[in-house]
Amino acid sequence: MSDDHARTPGAAARPRLAGTLPEPGVPKPDALLVLDGVSRSFGGLTAVRVDHLEVQRGAITALIGPNGAGKTTLFNIVSGFDRADGGRWWFDGHPLTGRPAHRVARHGLVRTFQLTRVIPRLSVRENMLLATSGQRGEQLLPALLRPLWHGQEREAGRRADELLERFRLGQLRDDYAGTLSGGQRKLLELARALMARPVMVLLDEPMAGVNPALTQTLLGHITRLRDEGMTVCFVEHDMDVVMGISDWVAVMADGRLVAEGPPHTCARNPSVVDAYLGKRHDEPGTPQGQE
Amino acid sequence: MARSHILLPALAPALVVLFASPAWGQGDEVPHGRGFGARLLQALIDGIQFGVIIAITAVGLSLVFGTVHLINFAHGEFVTIGATFAFFLNASPAGPGWHLVPAAIAAVLFGALLGGAVDRVIWRPLHARGTGLINLFIVTIGLSLLLRHIVLVLYGTRPASFVQYDIQEAIDLGPVGITPRDLTVTLLSVLVLFGVAALLQRTRIGTAVRAVSVNRDLAEASGIDVQRVVLFVWMFGGALAALGGIFFGLEEIITWDMGFKLLLLMFAGIILGGLGSAYGAMVGSLVIGIVAQVSSLWFPVDLQYAWALLVLIVVLLVRPQGILGRPERVG
Amino acid sequence: MDWSVVFSDALRSGIGPIAAVYALAAMGLNLHFGYTGLLNFGQVGFMLVGGYGLAVTVATYDGSMWLGVLAGLACAVVLALLLGVPTLRLRADYLAITTIAAGETLRLFYRSTWAEDVTGGVFGLQRFASDFYDLSPIPRGSYGVWLVEFNSRDLWVMIVGWALVVLTGALLALLVHSPWGRVIRSIRDDEHAPRSLGKNVYAYKMQSLVLGGVIGAVAGMLQAIQVQSVSPDSFDPAVTFFLYTLLVLGGAGRILGPVIGSILFWFVLTFLDSALRQAIDAGYISPDVISTSEIGAVRFALVGLALILLIVFRPQGILGSRKEMLLSER
Repeated sequence: MSDDHARTPGAAARPRLAGTLPEPGVPKPDALLVLDGVSRSFGGLTAVRVDHLEVQRGAITALIGPNGAGKTTLFNIVSGFDRADGGRWWFDGHPLTGRPAHRVARHGLVRTFQLTRVIPRLSVRENMLLATSGQRGEQLLPALLRPLWHGQEREAGRRADELLERFRLGQLRDDYAGTLSGGQRKLLELARALMARPVMVLLDEPMAGVNPALTQTLLGHITRLRDEGMTVCFVEHDMDVVMGISDWVAVMADGRLVAEGPPHTCARNPSVVDAYLGKRHDEPGTPQGQE
Repeated sequence: MARSHILLPALAPALVVLFASPAWGQGDEVPHGRGFGARLLQALIDGIQFGVIIAITAVGLSLVFGTVHLINFAHGEFVTIGATFAFFLNASPAGPGWHLVPAAIAAVLFGALLGGAVDRVIWRPLHARGTGLINLFIVTIGLSLLLRHIVLVLYGTRPASFVQYDIQEAIDLGPVGITPRDLTVTLLSVLVLFGVAALLQRTRIGTAVRAVSVNRDLAEASGIDVQRVVLFVWMFGGALAALGGIFFGLEEIITWDMGFKLLLLMFAGIILGGLGSAYGAMVGSLVIGIVAQVSSLWFPVDLQYAWALLVLIVVLLVRPQGILGRPERVG
Repeated sequence: MDWSVVFSDALRSGIGPIAAVYALAAMGLNLHFGYTGLLNFGQVGFMLVGGYGLAVTVATYDGSMWLGVLAGLACAVVLALLLGVPTLRLRADYLAITTIAAGETLRLFYRSTWAEDVTGGVFGLQRFASDFYDLSPIPRGSYGVWLVEFNSRDLWVMIVGWALVVLTGALLALLVHSPWGRVIRSIRDDEHAPRSLGKNVYAYKMQSLVLGGVIGAVAGMLQAIQVQSVSPDSFDPAVTFFLYTLLVLGGAGRILGPVIGSILFWFVLTFLDSALRQAIDAGYISPDVISTSEIGAVRFALVGLALILLIVFRPQGILGSRKEMLLSER
């Protein structure tokens, strides 16, 4: 969200994708993340087999599909939390194939989790500070000398407070993160991801298990991120949510990318109806009764 | 995939052979004038004998881990208690002086009771209180310390043997020999292991155990009484541990800390086979038994058990999920 | 029964050199378990390589004490790397299994006939501590206040030992309250989160394992110097369990937890020990129930029981917070 990004009007994302054909694997005018031939199987079961996928810079891309379609597995592979059996992928021109999770994050590709992973025994503010990148005080020897990192820490603290205010967590900043409600954890996790100054965020079911009011709040935050120039890719079940905010939709079924396109084209695509909407009513609701 | 399955068990003994430089060898002083081939064969037979006993004790530990994800560090004490309880009934001056067979049966039942008691009195209430898994590991450490030293007070430090089947002539099988006692124990052990496999594969309770191991929630949702299955696993593990202890006491000797020493080997076997896989525990333990015995061809006998750790570390480096384990999904 | 003897024994033990040794070793363990969440069940292995590193250098190879200290520290670093490389990428239970096995295996190695020329086998090594005692500024003699009395040697070990405890405590306090410590503490609760935020979790765990192991090695050296001998059987796996007991007693994840834990642990343990002995000698307890030779075993059993009860009823120990503890149990 540096200033030059903030000037990029988010509304431009959709028009820029306007000329792109709604076909799976289609090239994008300004692709930030490019995947090629990514595959992963567990035992004999093929979880992911994506021939080609590009994610447009500065847009909100939704990755949808029924349970077990391989969306989370694909996220895990790209973010370095799982290894692929084959394939290559690039982020902002850098090859990220097989890179461990922390290196992926340092390239500016930061993810969240379906089941929130806030650190319960750190305060809300410490959770934010944890995400600051390039801190000298995080190295073993400089950590012993407070003057070496104190300034940097104060700087990070100011930024953390700003973000916490923006996500309405300011009053909770000194509480243990473990005392937060499920919805507050979702917000904290999103705020924390931003603290790492990402170029792109991967949100794994950000709206799962969240009440309708908070869903709207989260959608608002995500749209605002896009409008500030951030690239967002998120996994979602709920078609209504997807229709409302995404610039582009990619549909997965049985590990494959079956369709791509602007939300409304996608909804009408027969292969999507087959793969996804047809099965949608059999799904036992969202399985996130967590917290 | 298939190739690495075969490769790994082969790797462990191969490593031992690799490290064996003539400098360590005792080649000049061949005992009983037997050749290297005969000694190797004898060591292999000893290794199998030893391995099946480790396997019997390790299966229970592995099943408990598979169902409740707890590594029971007190499992070795179940082994010791089985052996010392049988010793009390069989050979202790204060005991009733039973023949070993009924004494062993009683001790195995006692082992089952002990396992069940640990589940009912410690594990289940703590689980219900929401005590974290890491803290439960520490509880089993405390339990191990407690039980081991209760045995020490009651049994004492003196190693001992059972009254029956103590000293026997080996049956001469050409280049190698085995006593009728060891042969019987080994055959019985193999029989028990097949029995365990049949129980897991063929019976209702066995199927339930496997179901709980794969997915506890799903098993519960499909109407399996998980608590009963867990109780069964603890009792079963306790009984097998006691039996393994008696077998070990028969072949080697009974000491107050025998179980804790065996625990190291069980761990190596379980990790080699794949943490949580019952069959993996059997295969892994067998390999560990063979490694321990074969190593004594080149290295001092007092380092026998130490080689197990080397195997353990090599396995963790090369294939942490073990021979039969599955890699896990993260995230 | 002479209660003043019992009380004086307990007090001597609670502030004595061995309490300092255990406090120090437990501080290393606290960094592993209390702050990083590493389940190290073989801290005694680090003490062993530290103690032997010093003893072997001086007694077997005629090196100087300082060279011995360096050797002990180097051994601890190597051991930590050996244990950490294969296990720190895996789940916590793998480290637990590997460390408990390593502790016991090291003991078997050091006591084996194979290593006897270097380590002295089952008899261990003696006569390596004179350099240390020569440094002592305390004139020979006996020093005492109130009920407690120490000879000049023990007093010197105590001073050095508790000074090391204070120094280590200060170092750890600085570390865990720095951004480095924040990463470490986040790994304790959920290692996936810091990974997703660009932290090299593996490297942090390794640093923690090495640092805590080195602290354990220093404790091992101090113990070797205090007893003026190393023998493999004084590095029994039970030592690690003692460390866990006193760490949980004092409060894991608190800088002063292991210190208070160790003092209290040794006070109570010696109190019971001494009281039991007195009761048996005075005939209050029949030797048929417990004989003097069994007191050692009884006290081990009691430690085991205490550890179970602590985890069940007061897992946060004396200094910890119950509320914070509950947050982590998801």
